[in-house]
Amino acid sequence: MLLIACPWCGPRDETEFVNGGEAHIDRPTPAESVSDADWAAYLFFHDNPRGWLAERWVHAFGCRQWFNVERDTVTHEIRRVWRLGEPRA
Amino acid sequence: MERYSAWRLFREALNGHRGWTPAWRSPSPKRRYDAVIIGGGGHGLATAYYLAKNHGMTNVAVVERGWLGGGNTGRNTTIVRSNYYHRESARLYDFSVRLYESLSRELNYNVMFSQRGVITLAHSRHDLEVVARWAGAAQLHGVDAEMVSVDEIKRRIPLLDTSPSARFPVWGGLMQRRGGTARHDAVAWGYARAASRLGVDIIQNCEVTGFSRNERGRVVGVETSLGPIAAGVVGLAVAGHSTVLADLAGFRLPVTSYALQAFVSEPLKPVMDTVMLSLATGAYISQSDKGGLVIGGGLDLYPSYAQRGNLPTAQRVIGALADQMPALGRVRLLRQWAGIVDVVPDSSPILGETPVEGLFINCGWGTGGFKAIPAGGTLLAHHLATGEPHPLAEPFGLRRFATGALIDEAAASGIAH
Amino acid sequence: MSGRRLPGGGRIDRNRPLNFTFEGRPYRGYVGDTLASALLAAGVRVVGRSFKYHRPRGLLAAGVEEANALVQVGEGARAEVNLRATEVELHEGLTARAVNCWPSARFDVGAVNNLFGRLLPAGFYYKTFMWPDWRWFEPVIRRAAGLGRPSILPDPDRYETRHAHCDLLVVGSGPAGLAAALAASRRGERVMLVEQDPLPGGSLLWRPAQIDGRSGSDWAERAAAEIAAAPDALVLTRTTAIGYFDHNALALLERVAGAAGSPGPDHRPRQRLWSVRARRVVLAAGALERPLVFPGNDRPGVMLASAVSEYAARWAARAGDEAVVFTNNDSAYAAAHALLDTGGRVAAVVDSRPAPPARRTASLQARGVRTLLGASIVATHGRPALTGVTIRDAEGHDHRVAADVLAMSGGWNPTVHLFSQSGGALVWDGEQALFRPGRSAQAEVSVGAAAGEFGLSTAIEQGWRAGGGEGAPPLADAADERWTIGPLWRVPARGKAFVDFQNDVTADDIALSARENFVSVEHLKRYTTLGMAADQGKTSNVNALAIMAELTGRPIADVGTTRFRPPFTPATFGAIGGRARGELFQPLRRLPAHDRHVQAGAAFEEYGGWLRPAHYPGAGESAHAAEQREALAVRRAVGLFDGSPLGKIDVVGADAAEFLDRIYANTLSTLKVGRARYGLMLNEQGAVIDDGVTVRLAADHFLVGTTGGGADRIAAWLEEWLQCEWPDLDVLVAPVTTAWAVLTLSGPKARDVLDAAGVDMAIGEEDFPHMTFRECRVAGVPARISRVSFTGEVSFEVSVAADRACELWDRLRLAGAPFGLAPVGIEAWMLLRMEMGYLHLGADTDGATTPDDIGWGRVLKRRRDFVGRRSLTRPELLRKDRLQFVGVEAVDSTVPVPVGSHLRSPGLPSGSEGYVTSSGLSPTLGRGVALAMVRAGRSRYGEELLVITGEGRGRRVRVTVPGVRGPGGEPLDG
Repeated sequence: MLLIACPWCGPRDETEFVNGGEAHIDRPTPAESVSDADWAAYLFFHDNPRGWLAERWVHAFGCRQWFNVERDTVTHEIRRVWRLGEPRA
Repeated sequence: MERYSAWRLFREALNGHRGWTPAWRSPSPKRRYDAVIIGGGGHGLATAYYLAKNHGMTNVAVVERGWLGGGNTGRNTTIVRSNYYHRESARLYDFSVRLYESLSRELNYNVMFSQRGVITLAHSRHDLEVVARWAGAAQLHGVDAEMVSVDEIKRRIPLLDTSPSARFPVWGGLMQRRGGTARHDAVAWGYARAASRLGVDIIQNCEVTGFSRNERGRVVGVETSLGPIAAGVVGLAVAGHSTVLADLAGFRLPVTSYALQAFVSEPLKPVMDTVMLSLATGAYISQSDKGGLVIGGGLDLYPSYAQRGNLPTAQRVIGALADQMPALGRVRLLRQWAGIVDVVPDSSPILGETPVEGLFINCGWGTGGFKAIPAGGTLLAHHLATGEPHPLAEPFGLRRFATGALIDEAAASGIAH
Repeated sequence: MSGRRLPGGGRIDRNRPLNFTFEGRPYRGYVGDTLASALLAAGVRVVGRSFKYHRPRGLLAAGVEEANALVQVGEGARAEVNLRATEVELHEGLTARAVNCWPSARFDVGAVNNLFGRLLPAGFYYKTFMWPDWRWFEPVIRRAAGLGRPSILPDPDRYETRHAHCDLLVVGSGPAGLAAALAASRRGERVMLVEQDPLPGGSLLWRPAQIDGRSGSDWAERAAAEIAAAPDALVLTRTTAIGYFDHNALALLERVAGAAGSPGPDHRPRQRLWSVRARRVVLAAGALERPLVFPGNDRPGVMLASAVSEYAARWAARAGDEAVVFTNNDSAYAAAHALLDTGGRVAAVVDSRPAPPARRTASLQARGVRTLLGASIVATHGRPALTGVTIRDAEGHDHRVAADVLAMSGGWNPTVHLFSQSGGALVWDGEQALFRPGRSAQAEVSVGAAAGEFGLSTAIEQGWRAGGGEGAPPLADAADERWTIGPLWRVPARGKAFVDFQNDVTADDIALSARENFVSVEHLKRYTTLGMAADQGKTSNVNALAIMAELTGRPIADVGTTRFRPPFTPATFGAIGGRARGELFQPLRRLPAHDRHVQAGAAFEEYGGWLRPAHYPGAGESAHAAEQREALAVRRAVGLFDGSPLGKIDVVGADAAEFLDRIYANTLSTLKVGRARYGLMLNEQGAVIDDGVTVRLAADHFLVGTTGGGADRIAAWLEEWLQCEWPDLDVLVAPVTTAWAVLTLSGPKARDVLDAAGVDMAIGEEDFPHMTFRECRVAGVPARISRVSFTGEVSFEVSVAADRACELWDRLRLAGAPFGLAPVGIEAWMLLRMEMGYLHLGADTDGATTPDDIGWGRVLKRRRDFVGRRSLTRPELLRKDRLQFVGVEAVDSTVPVPVGSHLRSPGLPSGSEGYVTSSGLSPTLGRGVALAMVRAGRSRYGEELLVITGEGRGRRVRVTVPGVRGPGGEPLDG
């Protein structure tokens, strides 16, 4: 059971959070000039590494704030938590 | 290699069982194969078997990072059914069920396919309407599916609380009588043995570390922990590790890997003879031939390659069953584990070509890959051998994500698959 | 009768005898006994039957590793099956019987399997039963398999869950664990000490020891008392750490009340699951002794040497009168001494090592015990229980020796289960022939025997340091002695030599597995079922993989172990579920005026997590009749509907209009203050995910309306877009659904009722037209009213603060009585909107429906981008033959066509061209009305289709625009 350090509330059990998938995905604009393939890449083709992953989480049953986490998908070690808008590192 | 039979077993018994030979050979890899299949799970082994059997391709290797059948094949809850909503899915999975029906005799290996019936419970007026549409669709696709009454459900699953005061009252259900379970390890071993007998090389403890490409970019072999192996074509059947291999080959897949939790109780004398799925709680349960209640029903909802148990999911799934089957309160959980499932946005598999020439894929079965092993193997073998997709596989290509032609069972039926 | 209670000693209360029955026969034990110790003391030797061959079995062990004595305790709803007799605390009136045998453990019909044992090697079922079909054989196999037969009556007991945090969690209260917890508690840390036994002390409860000048058990008792008395410490006995999960989360199972099978006191739960987050964890779970693998090693009377000692010292129960000890290591010598100390005879100590430490053998020889070195036991004798053994000496000569107990020791396995669960890797310790913890994966340290350290002083020292202790640790009076072992993994002799007692896996089965290439440790486990029984291989795993290593010529370290899985010992479903049963499993939401609906006679059903009135049947009225009556009331007079669950989200800020324009598929920025507009929300893949009416309260303030099921989901959705995509927008989102109660008056008399109830503004059609919004007072209650309609009739959607819902309900009913006002449930409400052809999201749409599918293709005419727009222009979503939202009317009869029926043109041979999404009997028209999704439906108005599935199969329907018309073709709402 993960212990996730919400940047606003502090460490909480994983059951309070919802995962939002890969972080830092840019929504392509202007959308109408994006090709079908590129749009599909934005919608569906995301990082799924065995190892370190930068991902979004929301403290859904808490402060409802989104933030970013860097987590190892094998060991589940979390080595960094940062707020939206802060640089990726 | 000997044929298995009761007579053979009897003869061996007189001989102290000293005459049995390896179920499959474990050769060192050759330098070149006509086809290399990455992934020694059910799908990979079945692909190799059907390459040899249906297409006469016997210069084939299956390379497996660990031990064969050690991924989702050996970790799933063994449910087999084909009552799908969309025509494309129903045809695919029913093809698989039909292959399962004759698999033990075909492989000369008892995979214990047991068509004990699968009941999906409807817990509300809306569930019942969804299930009616679903049943009708399955019937139109030629799949057996029928609505069953609460009385019938109660008769078949006496453990279930069907009272109106239940938290999730039972309004009725959908039953596929031809659905059931099979012995998961036996499916892997049966295919391995049969493939090996036809000349396929099964190479365990052999990790693929890269792909060799020719000047045109076509894949011409794999780099492995046991050295390079040249290949005419390469098939990829590695479920939750698909994107890891795709990354090595330089292309992307719309696949997310999650840990699917599974559970088994202590062995009990028979208490239920039907497979049950609940639409309200998502829990599913059946009793194995050894007597354990085999249970699933929850993913850890974040990307994971950790094949280990987690407490919140156990509380949700086991708690749901303790509520829906109140006698289970005193039954004890024996083991909890997880398999890494490859989830695709539309919950349907990805079959066929990849953006890399010479490399073909079978992945994206998510939580339902076991039931599709015979079909998945047949279809990938067909594509590898003929260069053309099998008609059943055609709708499931990677292209659909750009065109929008998704085959989304969950969206259509409101039911996770 | 062999085996008996010793005249003195043991931690039993001889003043408190307890009566119990086993297999229907009465016995007597004492408070402090386990079922196992009481049976041993009573001389019961056969306590169960094995899984496959139904061989008679006796007690193997004294603790959790027991593989043979599986019992059912109690009868009826409180019966529990598959309990290990070694873990069942005795209580007055306990009834127990062995599982998996019939009629009894002493005489079991299933033992016929033993005769056919040669036909049933590992995996025999994979090789046969294929012809004619598995289904012919499966029922027989199923009946034969399984262990206990559980009750099918509901479990009457309660369970609960607790959460806890601590600085240090110590698992195991032996010397190492106690030292750790003592050290940490003296430092003022929050300590939790967990012990599965009723008593703290671990091995100190039975192993002779002196610590700080006291006997080991005295020291343990005092240490545990000191820890328990510390302000921030908690000592939990009868509590097993069953799981070690990520980020130092552990699950503990506490047995609180009601010994197995007996009713618990009403005020306490039967068991409690603790979910603990620990800053640090000390694993001091001790070690389990390994059996030796030799022919006949499963005969009742063959026991683990440490168990023989423990039964004698802790429960004053002697396992037998005439013993033989068989060992490959030093520790079993203590068992020999224990037998002698308690008045037993030791016929021989058989040590497989040619030259064990001389001081070990000398100490026994001094007491007259024969020691045979380099020898082994090759057979056991006696039926059903042990009467003698055959010893093969170093020269290869066989000697038969009489014995009624054989104490064996094959070495020790540190209890590394939790360590392995935590992600730590095990390392092979060749010198001690055991797997011990390697590098930790979490904030954890293993100490004492659990770390492969068997010296008492060292264990205490390790525990003390792990607990952060400074200064000198508690002092053991004797120095640690070196402990040696000479591995003997199997005795090379013919006959069934069991490795896994519970699943009946023999050394020959492992050889067969190797022969057939099931050489990976996982294949071995799965092919032979080794380690997969209810004891989870506690005594079998290491022996098995060592034998496999021998057979395949590999080092043991290369064979490796299988991963240990939670739970450490089996845990009840009840405890894992905890209090989350019934409505607490997933609480239902109730309407603010719930009590009023009850009074009005509502029949409730769950809709999207809310308990809502489906209809209000009068006395003797059917559900269908009620629904028809209620719908008619709306068409002819007025109905009152509780729409409180409809989602309400405040969207406020300078950029609120801009934000909603990006979110909605249609434009909202042009909405005037005080006006309402229907809107459609898509996901980024272009599918419709919600709809509802939004009103503009001020230039910078919108109240977004969502479906009932969408209230929480859409609020989170808006937040996600704001925070993650458009943080530059000045917008605040606040879900306010449950702050408001919404009561809707609908029908030709709605205005009259509102007037009668008293409203402080003009509500005529010109003053307060359709799709507008006002704030006012209704019957003195501050209210908001929206003029929107889901029924086609004149409607006033009145919102008041949730705590005034009942007041408003009462006032509107009172005011409405003269006008024939009827409370209206969901089913009638749905019927009314169906008549109008209004879409109900989630019923008429699914997760793939696009705006064009429901007739909203015009959203693509918008110039600007919005969520999901780009996806709508993908080829598949632009196809003309997609399913489209239409009405259908039955051509052949007035009976409604069931929802879910598939439709197809009579000219087509196969497939489906759509299906009915909503259907019901229109009380106004007296015939069925329905909505459907039909392939290219909007181009097929007037076309007849065939119903091809379900109860309506064979019937004919006609495609229409959604919504029915009156006899003259006029809309129903005129």
